[in-house]
Amino acid sequence: MLRKLIDSVGPQFEAFKSQDEGLGVTETDKNIDVSVWRGGPDGGSFQRFEVPKQDNQTILDVVAWIQQNDDPTLSYRFACRVGMCGSCAMMVNGNPRWTCRTHVNKVLKNDRLEIAPLRNLPVIKDLAADMDPFFDKWREAGGVFHPTKSRNDPVEEISPLEEERQNANAGIECINCGVCYAACDVVAGNPDYLGPAALNRAWTLLNDTRDCGSQSILAAVSRGGGCHNCHSMGNCAHLCPNELSPMTSIAGLKRVTALSFLRPGN
Amino acid sequence: MLDLKLYLLQRLSALVMAPLVLGHLAVIIVAVQNGLTSEEILSRTQGSFWWALLYGTFVVAVSVHAAIGLRVIVFETLKLKGFALNSLTWAIFLGLFFMGARAVWAVTAVGAT
Repeated sequence: MLRKLIDSVGPQFEAFKSQDEGLGVTETDKNIDVSVWRGGPDGGSFQRFEVPKQDNQTILDVVAWIQQNDDPTLSYRFACRVGMCGSCAMMVNGNPRWTCRTHVNKVLKNDRLEIAPLRNLPVIKDLAADMDPFFDKWREAGGVFHPTKSRNDPVEEISPLEEERQNANAGIECINCGVCYAACDVVAGNPDYLGPAALNRAWTLLNDTRDCGSQSILAAVSRGGGCHNCHSMGNCAHLCPNELSPMTSIAGLKRVTALSFLRPGN
Repeated sequence: MLDLKLYLLQRLSALVMAPLVLGHLAVIIVAVQNGLTSEEILSRTQGSFWWALLYGTFVVAVSVHAAIGLRVIVFETLKLKGFALNSLTWAIFLGLFFMGARAVWAVTAVGAT
């Protein structure tokens, strides 16, 4: 059985491998001048590296090349390499991006790159940011699901056509990469601000009819660091790699909290 | 730093200001085009309850709106917090209200000037 499987998959794998080699890593004679942030929680500075330029090269490829060929002490975080996990986000030439899904050609300026850890978060080491404050705020915004049923109840039918479900669906694909949090100038100016991702989560949960915590969510997002601090600058929506609009979710929260205050019964 | 109440106060004061700004601009244009002197303007505004109400409301809305707006800017740029931030917000509100109320009084109260 196993033999049969190997025999059937083998030729396809070889064909895929040769195709991948043909498409992928062709070295050019150019180098990229890369400045990489080195340091820890107490500060640091940029260190320059020369990295060979290749076709179809991502920023994560550049960081991996430096670690594997030049300086093995370079620390950074990644996991899936295909834009699913959200762990490889870094500042690239001043903007937060998924490094695994950002091609060098798209962001290169005069053959130069500047790579730094995500803004608005403490640095653990080099390019690895401490995500704890980000996830703490996700919980502070009431982002934990408040169930209405137990596992013994039948599964509730939810129509995808309901307005509330469509509101929730619009923001539900967030993978908590922290790009919007790093892009947000309000977070930079106000460390207490919950940030776009946490508020987007609160909005999706508020629109989830299976969740019974709407009052606690509204109270959580109405506090000092809540949704009303958003200046609607739109960096979060502009830079979200999943093309979500946390700004729209926050506008929804502002609307619902205001109406709830003015008409407490509704 | 804004919470829900300050956010609502700022939005409501903006709502009040919007028509008043347009009204104020209209008053300026009419007054200038007809070549009214200050004596002529004062003769129409002094003792008028409606002019006092219009500009009195305007002054209250501006004081509230500007104090909250400046509070946010000061918090985000100078990192002022707590008692100091609240005191500054109140000081801006009271300062603007005092200056505005003085001007409204001067223009609308009988025999003020």
